[in-house]
Amino acid sequence: MRSGTKRSPLLTLLTSIMLLYSLVPLAWLFINATKTQDGLFGSFGLWFAGDFALWDNVRETLTYDDGVFLRWLLNTLLYVVLGAGGATVLATLGGYALAKFDFPGKRAVFATVIGAVAVPGTALAVPTFLMFSNLGLTNTPWAIIIPSLISPFGLYLMWTFAAEAIPGELIEAARVDGAGELRTFVRVCVPLLAPGIVTVALFTMVATWNNYFLPLIMLKDPDWYPLTLGLNSWNDQAATAGGQAIFNLVITGSLLTILPLLLAFLLLQRYWQSGLAAGGVKD
Amino acid sequence: MALLEPPAIKRTGKRRQRRSWTGWAFAGPFMAVFAFVFLAPIAYAIYLSFFRTRLIGGTSFVGLENYKNVFTDAQFWSAAGRVTLFLLVQVPIMLFLALLVALAIDSGRLYGKAFFRVTVFMPYAVPAVVATLMWGFMYGNRFGLVANINEALGTTLPDPLSPGLILASIGNIVTWEFVGYNMLIFYSALQVVPKTLYEAAEIDGASQLRIIRSIKLPAIRGALLVATIFSIIGSFQLFNEPSILKSLAPNAITTYFTPNLYAYSLSFSGQQYNYSATVAIVMALLTMIVAYAVQLRSSRKER
Repeated sequence: MRSGTKRSPLLTLLTSIMLLYSLVPLAWLFINATKTQDGLFGSFGLWFAGDFALWDNVRETLTYDDGVFLRWLLNTLLYVVLGAGGATVLATLGGYALAKFDFPGKRAVFATVIGAVAVPGTALAVPTFLMFSNLGLTNTPWAIIIPSLISPFGLYLMWTFAAEAIPGELIEAARVDGAGELRTFVRVCVPLLAPGIVTVALFTMVATWNNYFLPLIMLKDPDWYPLTLGLNSWNDQAATAGGQAIFNLVITGSLLTILPLLLAFLLLQRYWQSGLAAGGVKD
Repeated sequence: MALLEPPAIKRTGKRRQRRSWTGWAFAGPFMAVFAFVFLAPIAYAIYLSFFRTRLIGGTSFVGLENYKNVFTDAQFWSAAGRVTLFLLVQVPIMLFLALLVALAIDSGRLYGKAFFRVTVFMPYAVPAVVATLMWGFMYGNRFGLVANINEALGTTLPDPLSPGLILASIGNIVTWEFVGYNMLIFYSALQVVPKTLYEAAEIDGASQLRIIRSIKLPAIRGALLVATIFSIIGSFQLFNEPSILKSLAPNAITTYFTPNLYAYSLSFSGQQYNYSATVAIVMALLTMIVAYAVQLRSSRKER
């Protein structure tokens, strides 16, 4: 960092407008998670109502409808661990191969993957649904996990990252020492790739945790819903005839849904910021 | 998308590795799943688009007729027009704000810049469902902020969930979600610019504005282009936000509000899978053409 530059209160103030823009909705969510349903309708949105009902709301969210929220949370965790975890492994292996090996068809692989990035993901939804339906995979966790395994952006990130982080001489040296390819990869390369792997893991985790469209078309049975779909069904409940309005649970459930991801990003800051800077988008 | 090309592929000439099949052992798993969840559905969609299923008579080959129908489908074009308007207004605003914040943080003149960087990025980690519900509630007139303001000041603000304003309201939600993500892309790119360049320019008496225009912006051209292309793809794909807002603003959002919503309704309410696949393919082609045109225009400017 340059030490000569002076800090500017004016610039800080102006940029704080964007800070407020980012924070106010999150503050609104937290404040309103402390209100009862009556409190929601009867008090100012950006300040607390008389009674602090956060813990009651949390308890009610977790136990409503026989604890279906916990079921959705476990489903989400399943999709994240297998889907995002698998995506990270595949992207790491693939990125390493593209960066450090010359193999027949490499250019074709490159062209196909980059071309596929430009295809709108949702354009694939209908044919994927029909395919999976023919295979009997819809309405099962596999319908969510298998498509989550591919992250073209993750592959690209690992590719650029591996190209810069692993010196070719190091692989040569390991080979000369008689280490097999897999051993070389696991022992020598994976530690060097760690910041890139954390970055890809975080971004695929966000993508899987936040996924809405794929589960919406693939799942009918609420028992397999992830949190996103579950919350939306709670919100829709108020609009259906005879349905009970549970806005306080929708709001508290939303707060519980975003906390784990916000925490993950805050705690792993160092990794993903260096991972993005080194392997990220630059020309 | 030559700009996305990582350095490795160009560098192979320098120290040529032995060409062997070993690489496939590592790339194979990715490519196998990729073929199953990307290539197969694309091929299947193209196949579907050439057929039509009728209740009586079953499935028959119709050649390009589905495509002809899409081109004269008023609902499709109204949806495509809507996302184009969205693209032309929302994307520039979002990228401009992201660029301003990235430049402010990079300038080193902010108090607490790490706090700024993380906080502005944070909405990216919020699921579209939660972001849309949150903003939808705030827009609402039952217990939302708009209702609060109306009550407190005795005003009648226009309803953000009305048909006339709904697109702008969705634009605000999308901007909120992605401004920090784009900021981070720009900021990461700015980090790579050698600081000595700025110092030299400052010694020569260049103003900050001049440094931004002549050094910083040209240096992050690649990042600007990538962010623009991703935003174009994202706008054309618009689905989650209108689909979720639909229950809060049923009168403002039609089943053909965006091309994706249209394709979705065709499939899952109308069972018109063949036509829905055709709509999706046409939209994918339009997206690729626009993204390609943007890239072409930008690389021509470079020369």
